[in-house]
Amino acid sequence: MGSILFFNILRFVALFILQVFLFKNIGYYNLATPFPYILIILLLPIGIPNIVLYTLAFLTGLCVDSFYDTLGIHAAACVSMAFFRIFFFKITLEVDMVESYLTPLLGEMNFKWFLSYVFFSALVHHTVLYFLETFNFHQLPYTLMSIGLSCIFTLVISLIFSFLFYKKKKNRS
Amino acid sequence: MRALWLFLRRYNAFFWFILFFGFSLVLVVLKNNYQRSSAFNSSNALVGEAYARINSWKSYLLLTETNENLAKENAQLRNNLQYFTTHDTTRMTTVLPKIDSAQVSRYDFQVAKVTNNSVHQKSNYITLDKGLADGVEKGMGVISSNGVVGYVLHVSKHFCTVQSLLHPDTKISVTLDSTDVFGSLVWGNNIDYRLAMVKDIPNHVKVKKGEKVYTSGFSEHFPKGIYVGMVMETGITSGDSFLDLRIILSNDFAKLQQVYIVKDIYAKEKRELEALNQDNG
Repeated sequence: MGSILFFNILRFVALFILQVFLFKNIGYYNLATPFPYILIILLLPIGIPNIVLYTLAFLTGLCVDSFYDTLGIHAAACVSMAFFRIFFFKITLEVDMVESYLTPLLGEMNFKWFLSYVFFSALVHHTVLYFLETFNFHQLPYTLMSIGLSCIFTLVISLIFSFLFYKKKKNRS
Repeated sequence: MRALWLFLRRYNAFFWFILFFGFSLVLVVLKNNYQRSSAFNSSNALVGEAYARINSWKSYLLLTETNENLAKENAQLRNNLQYFTTHDTTRMTTVLPKIDSAQVSRYDFQVAKVTNNSVHQKSNYITLDKGLADGVEKGMGVISSNGVVGYVLHVSKHFCTVQSLLHPDTKISVTLDSTDVFGSLVWGNNIDYRLAMVKDIPNHVKVKKGEKVYTSGFSEHFPKGIYVGMVMETGITSGDSFLDLRIILSNDFAKLQQVYIVKDIYAKEKRELEALNQDNG
């Protein structure tokens, strides 16, 4: 339990610093920007109570917002992603799994599940983010392209992170 | 009552979502109304400090280029200075310039360092390490040795944020080298931070490629004659009787390090006078 808390805090600090100082400056023209900080919320323990999950998602979003000068936009995107996470767990995991405090990482879950989990979560996050940012439907193709490309970008970087910290599945009994 | 409670319990994920999402949306909308609350942006002391520290390391990588730019600017200023200090009137080919003493001290320049910068967002902002304590006020113009940068949007005690030229709401009055017509400089729908558009140039004006673009001095933010960029593409019509130009910006926004904050001493007077026009409709 203590180590779970420790690793989550460590992950928060590391990903947050990387996001605001490194990934903020990386972009493919203005089309795609990676947001791997969403892993902070995605990798929280599975059985975390809903209200705690939402609060953490909201606060993470707010912290990122203050560095991006976009008050509320990242917070809204993170909260939507938290909602999607609960929904996704409900339809893909078994009940005893949902109540455990496992970290949904690559070593614990199979690859296909993890890939779709990160991809669809990123899709939800980026869709809310870009539509709130533009706040209109004038340049719809451009916005959609940004969303798609950013999703792929985020997914690739998230996978690199997960492979870097890959751990073999432990034998629990 | 019990049924309602059970209903709320069963779908709690959804109701929490509505609550938190609603709150975030309120923040977004509030930001549009009040131009963002000052607590959560990069002119905030904590965030500004963090950016300043990271940037002090980053600036080492650009030292050569910064040096070169400053040397170039020095040479240019020295050239201009020669014009005023030469006493030998027989050697002067042109007439001695008339100096309007009211205009000479109209603008104050203050050096500031860039602590945070972005070029990849839709709306780009820059944070500088000067604030209220250094006499910076909202609406002051910001230039660099290469050209126009933007104007001050928010000020805290030791930092200020600048709405950069790479922002959809930024509009700067500019004029061309050859003729005195003026248009407005905007970033336009560009996704490239090296390019910008000049809009509303009258149709009858012949514009050549490679022509230089300067600020016109009509806005209170910038003095007259600051180099902005070079015309790259002409004849983009936006309908009607106006012409659009695409220009290459002289400023490399990605490598911004040293900038000057411009203070117009008569800004308040000018603004008050112009406000009278609007009162009369």
